[in-house]
Amino acid sequence: MSALSRPWIWSWLAAAAAFALTLVLTSGRGGGELAYAALSFGAFAAIVGLGQMLVITLGPGNVDLSIPATMTLAATLALKAMSSDPGTAWLGLITALAVGVGTGLANYALIFLLRLPPIIATLAASLVYQSVAIWSNRGLRIKPPEGLADFATGRFLGLPNVAWVGLVLAIVVWVVLERSVWGRWLLATGQNLRVARLAGVPVELVRATTYVSVAVFASLAGYLLASFSGGAALNMGAEYLLMSIAVVVIGGSSIAGGNSNVPGVWGAALFMFLVVSMLNSYGAGAGVRNVLTGAMIIAIVIAASTRRTRA
Amino acid sequence: MSDHETAPIVTLTDAARHFGPVRALDGVSLSVAPGDCIGLVGHNGAGKSTLVNLVNGGLAPSSGEIRFPGGASALEAGVRSVFQELSLCPNLTVAENLRISHSALKGPGWRTRARAEISESLNTIFPGHGIDPNAEVDTLSIAQRQMVEIAIGFAPRGTQARLVILDEPTSSLDAGIADQLLAHVKRFCGSGGAVIFISHMLGEVFDVASRIVVLKDGKVVAERITADFTRQGLVDAMGHVTTETATTETARAHGPQVVQTEQGLTARKGEVVGLSGLAGHGQAEALAKLYLSRSSSWRSRKVPDVVFVAGDRPRDGVLPLWSILRNISISILQQGAKRGLVNREAETAIAADWKSRIGIRTDDVTNPILSLSGGNQQKVLFARALASPAQVVIMDDPMRGVDVGTKQDVYAMIRAEAAKGRTFLWYSTETEEVCQCDRVFVFRNHEISAELTGADITEERILQASFEMQEAS
Amino acid sequence: MTFLSRHRIILPVVSLAVLLAATFYMQPRAMSYFGLNLLFNLAVPIALATIAQMMIIMVNDIDLSLGAFVSLAACVTATFLNDTPMIGLLILLALILSYAVLGALIHALELPAIVVTLGMSFVWSGLALFILSSPGGASPGWLRTLMTVKPPFAPMAVVAAVIIAGVTHLLIIRSGLGTVLRGVGGNARSVERAGWPVIRLKALAYGLAGLFGVLAGMALVGLTTSADANIALRYTLLSIAGVILGGGEFTGGKVSPVGAVIGALTLTLAASFLSFMRLSPDWQIGAQGAILILVLTARLIFSRKGAEA
Repeated sequence: MSALSRPWIWSWLAAAAAFALTLVLTSGRGGGELAYAALSFGAFAAIVGLGQMLVITLGPGNVDLSIPATMTLAATLALKAMSSDPGTAWLGLITALAVGVGTGLANYALIFLLRLPPIIATLAASLVYQSVAIWSNRGLRIKPPEGLADFATGRFLGLPNVAWVGLVLAIVVWVVLERSVWGRWLLATGQNLRVARLAGVPVELVRATTYVSVAVFASLAGYLLASFSGGAALNMGAEYLLMSIAVVVIGGSSIAGGNSNVPGVWGAALFMFLVVSMLNSYGAGAGVRNVLTGAMIIAIVIAASTRRTRA
Repeated sequence: MSDHETAPIVTLTDAARHFGPVRALDGVSLSVAPGDCIGLVGHNGAGKSTLVNLVNGGLAPSSGEIRFPGGASALEAGVRSVFQELSLCPNLTVAENLRISHSALKGPGWRTRARAEISESLNTIFPGHGIDPNAEVDTLSIAQRQMVEIAIGFAPRGTQARLVILDEPTSSLDAGIADQLLAHVKRFCGSGGAVIFISHMLGEVFDVASRIVVLKDGKVVAERITADFTRQGLVDAMGHVTTETATTETARAHGPQVVQTEQGLTARKGEVVGLSGLAGHGQAEALAKLYLSRSSSWRSRKVPDVVFVAGDRPRDGVLPLWSILRNISISILQQGAKRGLVNREAETAIAADWKSRIGIRTDDVTNPILSLSGGNQQKVLFARALASPAQVVIMDDPMRGVDVGTKQDVYAMIRAEAAKGRTFLWYSTETEEVCQCDRVFVFRNHEISAELTGADITEERILQASFEMQEAS
Repeated sequence: MTFLSRHRIILPVVSLAVLLAATFYMQPRAMSYFGLNLLFNLAVPIALATIAQMMIIMVNDIDLSLGAFVSLAACVTATFLNDTPMIGLLILLALILSYAVLGALIHALELPAIVVTLGMSFVWSGLALFILSSPGGASPGWLRTLMTVKPPFAPMAVVAAVIIAGVTHLLIIRSGLGTVLRGVGGNARSVERAGWPVIRLKALAYGLAGLFGVLAGMALVGLTTSADANIALRYTLLSIAGVILGGGEFTGGKVSPVGAVIGALTLTLAASFLSFMRLSPDWQIGAQGAILILVLTARLIFSRKGAEA
């Protein structure tokens, strides 16, 4: 099996191409800064993308549309809990993660108890989360504690701290999927739920933990993003709805489920950032930028799929 | 016109079809004329499906020639096929499904005409069928769907059906309905139609076929009129020597009762319990319910209580994206797992062990499961269940589409495992298989109508209990 | 069986009726020609968009670009169709055609529709920004007249909804071609085996979605008299919710045009109902989500009862 037949290679090639094309314009200057920025911003997309990937792996129809609302709610409540006091970073983190567990359980409860299709369940629930966030955020503009803000914007060994977080999470997810019993169960459930159940897989446990995981990933991303950008905003998660799905698919995971791809998510997250900065540096307006981004998403999916069928 | 009547409907001259290096069909000459009923038999992988697909125009031959004297294409020549797997649109009604394969049905009032046509076809083939042409297909039972599919195959659909290919048409029909079909096939051929009849139930083939064609390794190895074959001769020609029900085991003592359902289904340790009766009378549901009640969607035990062997492989058994190895090991991942991580050495060893024990034909268990033939996929499912330490094995008609040789292997394995103390609950649509069990429950209308043991387990007794004619005693 | 097939449409009807009754109870004055017109004011474009989404769901795909597409169609309507009708018409036709091509492409290359449409949503909104970078434009006079016409007995929105439901019911449920299209969703392989060119059928389904998407954009401009590039972004999710509320399912070609229109009306009414309740704006979005959950819960309870019966 050659490297080219691995579906994740495409997102990395595309990211590299976007990177190179940007540097062509600046004749090689600013490469380090660009890579640093891509790793910082890409980390948020990668974290929510990893969560979305787990859900999409569950099989057709499984997707979490409440990621943006969960991000906003987690960030808002975490900042409120910390109220800019120094040394409360852990309290904020725990609050954010608790929000994630809560929304994840609520999403799954709707799916399981009401038998709603996940798209509808998470969509309807996200409206409620959004309302709670609006209500709790009213008139408040809380800054993250200084230490936390420094951490979120800081670096370690030359790489942004948020990228380290995203990297560690990616490795954890990879090990879980490739080596753990739970990962096997998830992949089996995604291929055929009935078969998995009849083979003794505790499918509802797998589904529940997956929906909680994606929400926890989203809340972590929201917490870090708010710390990174100096506060929560009601629309801070909006762009991550399409983004989270896009990075999963560009990354080479099968939308039909049962098949996931961790390295591809990171490649795609970098690509999504780099392509925008490339188009910006070429002076493209918002319209052109959107059209080209969309065209590139489709081109990558086509390239990946024709490769797959030939392999 | 009279020329049409006697000229063959389809002629194959040395037709071959290759898929890459695989010679699925290796030069077959065959001619089907009006009035013929050809029984087509052969093992899995002998080339039956490929031959069918050449005849119905689904595939073009790699070499050789196919001619349809009655029209330019298979469709025009009146060639129809009824496939083994169900190929209706479940979201449409019975009448609407006729529309799918009858493109001339259009214009105002097409629904009325479609209803009339499908009702007539159903009434002709299966009198008293009780199927509403306005019913959506997914509300019908599997047997009813199969009946609809057959009825669409024989329906005029604007032209006239001249050659109907029936691929395992009775696999989900019970005996009474199957007899109606066989009678219709004879009538159809008697009035100048032709049928290619594929079935693993040799009794049916002998019943309807005027001529039997035996395929082996992509070639016709025998083609004679039916009267010239004996059952044993036919089996020999296919290339497997079956031992006529080798063992009617002497009754052994069984252990304590390990299965007891509300319905009255019971099984003791080390016993092979058969479920029989007409297809669709609640046997599969009873087994699925038993399995689901003894296992959980929320918890997985290291030593599960029960395991399940599926017969409907795509729906209930195979994980299509995975290798053979992972398909075998899915039920035993917790054996030897440390801190939630799979013990991959143990997994590989178990898979290699079962590959040789059950004879899965592959050079490498890391090959995709879909690279195997249906019978070998079924062996993987058996390996998955038997590799688990569970003491109760539930089997839902697990021999569908499995060839005779594999069946004999599996029978022996079940016997050996039962002797070691495992309990088997085995639903089968084939009476011959059920007769090998220690005890048999016959189902009728979703209830147990009889419990047979020892010498009472005969085809006759099972049939008696399956039909309403018998007074409950 | 007959009960089951019937109740799939009964439930959407009941939920709409209950919501309508609650609205009338809260605000009796709404029970008038004028009140109904106000309640269902924006229902027509949403109903059209829901029908468009239904065409895609019918063939087992999902369209995440519909909101952006309707916005683009609205922008074209408010600019080109108003200024140079011929060019505007050609552009709209080209948009419908591109939807059909997209359907063929998705089928031929076996691409996941959810991703391709995701990519297309960027393309459509980019084009919309290109045409109309800031809110503006104007509705063609005839369109404005059409959308604000006051038919006797029932307001425009209600009459239009009935017409849309009737026409699409004939097209999708009653006609032979519609039956085959639903068959593609139910079992594409058997349709293909029966000799139908599935790629053309898929292109047709997508083309129809494009057509109804364009109509939704035009109707929206007729009501709001101007357009902007983000005018209909929320239609993506609204239309999916509408199809499901109307008794449709994501897979298997099980859709109901009448149900979809009713689902769209229910969603429109939910928004109006909340403003009647004088709910704090903080909670309006959340309450909409709650109503959606409530209706679907009711559907679950009824269908469980139905299964027992």
